Amino acid sequence: MSDVRSIGASAERSALATVRHGLSLTPEFRKGLLVTLALAVVATVGKIIVPIAVQQTIDTGFKGSSADISYITRAVLLCAAAVVLTAFAGYLMNVRLYKATEASLATLRVRGFRHVHDLSVLTQNTERRGALVSRVTNDIDQISTFMQWGGLMIIVAFGQLFVASVLMFVYSWQLTLLVWVCFLPLMVALPRFQRWLSSAYTTVRERTGDMLAAVSESVVGAAVIRAYASERRTADRVDAAVDANKAAQVKAQTIVGFVFPLTEIVAAVALAGIVLLGVRLGMSGDITAGELVAFLFLITLFVSPMQTATEVLNEAQNAVAGWRRVLGVLDTPPDVADPGADGVELPRGPISVAFEDVHFAYPGGVPVLREVSLEIPPRSRVAIVGETGSGKTTFAKLLTRLMDPVSGRVTVDGHDLRAVRFSSLRERIVMVPQDGFLFDGSLEENIRYGKPAADREEILLALTELGLADWLDGLPAGLDTPVGQRGESLSAGERQLVALARAYLADPDLLLLDEATSAVDPATEVRLARALEGVTRGRTAVSIAHRLSTAENADEVLVFDDGRLVQRGAHEELVARPGVYADLHASWISAARS
Amino acid sequence: MASKVTSAVMRKGLRVLGVAVRTEKGVFTAAVLASALYGGMTVASAWALGWATENVVLPAFDRGDVPSGALWTAVLLIMGAALLKAIGVAGRRILAGLLQYRMQARSRREVTKQYLRLPLAWHHRHPTGQLLSNASADAEAAWAPLAPLPMAVGVIVMLFTAAVAMLITDPVLALVGFLIFPAIAVLNLVYQRRLSPLATRAQQLRAEVSEIAHESFDGALVVKTLGREALETERFRRRAHELRDANIAVGRVRGLFDPMLEALPTLGVLAVLAVGALRLSGGSIDSGDLVQVAYLFTLLAFPIRALGWVLAELPRSVVGWERVQAVLDAKGSMEYGQASLSEAGPAELEVSEVSYSYGTGDVLHDVTFEVRSGRTVALVGPTGSGKSTLVQLLARLVDPPSGRVLLDGVDVRELGYGRVAEAVALVPQQTFLFDDTVRGNVALGLPVDDEEVWAALRLAQADGFVGRLADGLGTRVGERGATLSGGQRQRLALARAVVRRPRLLILDDATSSVDPQVEAKILYGLRDAAEASSVVVVAYRMATIALADEVVYLDRGRVVDRGSHDELLGRCLGYRNLVTAYEREEAERAAVEAEEEEGVSA
Repeated sequence: MSDVRSIGASAERSALATVRHGLSLTPEFRKGLLVTLALAVVATVGKIIVPIAVQQTIDTGFKGSSADISYITRAVLLCAAAVVLTAFAGYLMNVRLYKATEASLATLRVRGFRHVHDLSVLTQNTERRGALVSRVTNDIDQISTFMQWGGLMIIVAFGQLFVASVLMFVYSWQLTLLVWVCFLPLMVALPRFQRWLSSAYTTVRERTGDMLAAVSESVVGAAVIRAYASERRTADRVDAAVDANKAAQVKAQTIVGFVFPLTEIVAAVALAGIVLLGVRLGMSGDITAGELVAFLFLITLFVSPMQTATEVLNEAQNAVAGWRRVLGVLDTPPDVADPGADGVELPRGPISVAFEDVHFAYPGGVPVLREVSLEIPPRSRVAIVGETGSGKTTFAKLLTRLMDPVSGRVTVDGHDLRAVRFSSLRERIVMVPQDGFLFDGSLEENIRYGKPAADREEILLALTELGLADWLDGLPAGLDTPVGQRGESLSAGERQLVALARAYLADPDLLLLDEATSAVDPATEVRLARALEGVTRGRTAVSIAHRLSTAENADEVLVFDDGRLVQRGAHEELVARPGVYADLHASWISAARS
Repeated sequence: MASKVTSAVMRKGLRVLGVAVRTEKGVFTAAVLASALYGGMTVASAWALGWATENVVLPAFDRGDVPSGALWTAVLLIMGAALLKAIGVAGRRILAGLLQYRMQARSRREVTKQYLRLPLAWHHRHPTGQLLSNASADAEAAWAPLAPLPMAVGVIVMLFTAAVAMLITDPVLALVGFLIFPAIAVLNLVYQRRLSPLATRAQQLRAEVSEIAHESFDGALVVKTLGREALETERFRRRAHELRDANIAVGRVRGLFDPMLEALPTLGVLAVLAVGALRLSGGSIDSGDLVQVAYLFTLLAFPIRALGWVLAELPRSVVGWERVQAVLDAKGSMEYGQASLSEAGPAELEVSEVSYSYGTGDVLHDVTFEVRSGRTVALVGPTGSGKSTLVQLLARLVDPPSGRVLLDGVDVRELGYGRVAEAVALVPQQTFLFDDTVRGNVALGLPVDDEEVWAALRLAQADGFVGRLADGLGTRVGERGATLSGGQRQRLALARAVVRRPRLLILDDATSSVDPQVEAKILYGLRDAAEASSVVVVAYRMATIALADEVVYLDRGRVVDRGSHDELLGRCLGYRNLVTAYEREEAERAAVEAEEEEGVSA
C-alpha cells in the first residue's frame, strides 16, 4: 500500500461512458425506457398540429373568398382530438419518467451511502465531510434534475426540430434551407456561450462558498469576536464576501441576459427571410399561402430549443460531473475489506492478540510503526504509553482493523485479522476513541447504539456498573437528556462518559480505550477507572494511557517510542530500569507535583 | 409552515415584494419598463406578422405581385419589433437579477451585522445551524420571487395590450382569448396550489436526508468501531425512500399540469381558427387579422405562466422573510457606557454577588471573589460547576442579571465599547480560528509587527510548528483552522491573547489539548512574562493550580471556598477530593499492594 486510496471522480471515463456506466447500475431506469421514449415522441408530434391546422385552414378551407366551414370544423375537431391525445401521452411519459428516475436514483443514493461507510478510515479522511455528503445528496439531485428536465428537453428539442424540419421540407425545401442557414450559426455558437456561462456559474459557486464561510464565522466565532472586540473587522470580511458573491451572480445573469434574446433576433431574421423569399416562391407557384403562413408558426418551434440550450447543456455538464462523483465512490474499492460470509467467525470468550513483525506507514509518509511483534494474552490488562507521535494510536487502529499493516500480520485467537468477518470482529473488539462522538438524540438512544436490542433497565445497569449513576442523577432529564448535535450540549468530559457507556453496553471481549477519559474531571476519572477494573475482569483490556495510574494498574505496560515497541513489562520493573518509560514516568511525576 | 398559496400568504408575499420595490425603486422601475417593452413588442411582433400576411403574402398569392414598399415595410416591422423585444428581454433579465441579488446581499449583510451586534446570550439561545440558514437559505428564499416579478409585470402589460389589440381586430375573436387566457391563469394557479405543499415536503426531506448523511459520516469512526453500518444504512434508506416518494408525488402533479398548460393555448388557436373562419367568411375580418390573433396565442402561451412562478415562490418567500425579519427584530444588545480605564499595569478584578442562568435553574449563585493586581487566581471545580460561564462574565461576553463585575473598580457595563477587550484577553476552552493567515489570527486587527507576533508565538510554544509551516506567518489556517491539530489551534489562540499584553489574562482550560510537558513550559513562560498581567485560570491539573496565588473552588455554581491551595486542601473536602483524586488512588493502591505483600510474607 504505497498510495492512499482516495475517492476518485472516475475522470478517466468519457462523459458518455460515465452515463452508460451509471445507467448500468440503475436497472430501474432502463426498464420500460423504450415505452417512455415512444410516449415522448407522441407528445412532441403534438407541437406541429397548429402549423398544419393553419396551413389547412388557409389553403383548403378558403377556396377563393368563400370558406368551407364544414371542412374547417372537421379539421379543427380532428386537430383538437390530436392535441388531447398528445397531452395525455405527455402525462404518461412524465409520470413514468419521474417514477423510473426517482426509484433508480434512490437506489444509487443508498448504495453510495453504504459504500462510504465501507471505505477505510484513511480513504474517508481523504475528503472533507461536506464533500462526502454531497456525493449522496446534491450530486444525485443534479442527476435527477437533468433526467427529469434537461435530458428530457434534449429529446424534445431534437424531436421538435426534426418534425418541424420534416414538415417544412414537405412544404418547401428552399425555405427549409433558409431557416437552417439562419439558425445554424447560433447552434454552433451555443456550446461556446455555455462554456462562458459554466465558468461564470463556477465562480458563483466558489463565491457562495466563501460567503457562507464568512457568515459562519460571525456565528461560530461569536464569543471570540466579542472577547477581542473584532466586530468591525468581521463585518468588513463578511461584507466583502457577500459583495463578491453578488458581483459573481450579477455577472452570470448578465451573460444569460445577453445570450437569451439572441434567438429572438435570429428568429426575426428567419421570419423576414421567409416573407421575402416566400412571396417570390409563391409568385412562381412553388408554395401556397397557407404553407408560407405555416412556416411563420413553425419558426416558433426553433426558438424554445435554442433558448433553453445553454441551460440544458449546463445541466448536462453538471449531471455528468455529479455522476462521476457518485460513481467515484462506488468505484473505490474498500482497501480494508470485509471477508464477508467466507470470513472466520470468532467464538465468544476472552481474546488473545498477536502482532507479528508489523510495519505501518501512512501512504506517502515515513514509517510510523516498525517491526512490532508482541502478544497480548487473554484476560490481560495492557497499558500503551509513549509520547505524542510514538505510534500508540496507529497501534490501536491496527488492532481494531481500521487499517491494515503494510507488512506483517495482526492475529486474534490465532486468526489473521484480515480473515475475520467484520460482523464478528466489531462485536468482539470495540474501541472507544478519544473524541466521544454522539448522535443528535437522547442520552438513552446514544448508549443504546452500543446494543440496539438493550432495554432501559440494561442501560441503567451498565451506567451503574460503571459508577456513573450519580452523574446520571445530576442530569435534570436523566436518560432523556438531549445531547444536541454531535453531543455538543454536553461537556467534552460527559461526551466521553456516554461513549464509554455505549462501548461497555456492546459487551465486547476486548475493550480498547484510546485516552477515552482524558477530558473527565479527576474525581470522576478515578471512580471510572476503578469501575472499569471491575467490569473488564474476564475480558482483555487495552488502554492507551494519558496518565500514570493507568500504567501502574496494568498487568503489562507496552512502551512505544518513534514507532517501535521499545520496552514491555510490569510498571515496577520498567520504572526501576533506565529507559524511555523511566523518563516518561519522571516527567509525569514532575508535572503532577510541581 | 405556510406552504400553500392562500390569500393570507398572497397578501404577506406581496407586502414582502413591496419592501423590495421600495428599497430598489430605480432598478425595479427600469426592470419593469424593460419588461413592458418586452410585453408590448411581443404583441407587436404578432401584429407585424398579421400585417405582413394581409399586405404582402396574400396579395402576392392572389394577384401575383407585391409592392416593394409594403415588402420592405413588413421586413422592417418584423425586425424592428424583434430587436426592441430582444432589448426588453435582455434588460428584464439583467435588471431582475440585479434586483434579486442586491436584496439578497442586503439581507445577508443586515443579518450578519445583527449577529455581531446581538449579545452572546442571544446566540446561546439559538442553534448555530438555524442562524446559518437564516443568513443563507432564508435570505435567498425571501427574495426568490423577484426573479420572475418583472416578467410577470411585463406579462400583465402584454395581456392588456393583447386584449386591446384583439378587441380592435375583432370582438368575437377577442372573446375566445378572454375565455382561454383566464383559463390558463386559473389552471396555473390551481397547479401551483397543488404543487407547493408537495414541493415543500420534498425540500424538507432533502434537508433531512442530507442531515442524516452529515451526522452519519461525521460519526463514521463510531459506526465503524461498533459495526453499525447496516443500521445506519437502514436509517438513511428509510428517509431516502420517503424523499423518492415525495419527488414522485411532485412529478405526478407536474406531469399532469404541464401538458395541460401546453394543450390549452393550442386548443385556443384551434378555436380561433374555427371562429375566425366563420368571421372571415362573413367578412368581419381579413386573413391577416386571423393570422395575427392565432400567432398572438402561440406567443402568449408560455410567458403567461410567469404569473404562476411568482405565486409559486411566494409561500417560500414569506417563510424566508419572516425568519430573516425575526433576526432583524431581535431585541437586546450590549449597552456600553463612556468610562475608560486609565491605569497601566495589572488589572484589579472584583466579582460581587453574581448570579446567572440559561433559563432553567441558576448556573451561578451569588459568586463573589476578587483578583488583586498582579495575582493569579485558579478557578477549580468539577465538570459542570459553572466555571466557563463565570469566565464569560469576567470578559463581559454576557452580563449577569444580578451582581456586578468590576474592573479597576469600574463596573464593566459602564466602560465604553472595546475598553474591556483592550484590558482583558480570554482564551476560551473551545478555540476558534478565522479562515485567515497565522499572522491575521494572532494579531486580529491589532497593529503589531512580526517581531511581536513571533514573541507571542514563542511564549505559547507555537513558534516551532509555525516556523515549519510552508509560508510561516503568512500560512492560511483554513476554515476554523482545519489544517491544524487541536493542540496547535490552542497554542495560536494563546498567542492571540498574549500578543495584546493584556492587563488581565483569562485561561479557560486553554491548554487541555497540549502535551503535559509542553503545557508546563507554556505555564512557566507565562508566569515569567505575565508580570504585567493579573491571571484567572480554569484548571484541573495540579501543575496549573500550583501556579496560582489563590484558589476559588466552585461546585454547582457556588463558591464553596477560597484561599491558598494548602488552606483549601486542609479545610475543603470537595476540593481535596477533586485535586487529590489521582494521588489518593495511588496511595490506596500502594496500601493494597503493601497488604498483599504482607499477606504473602505471612
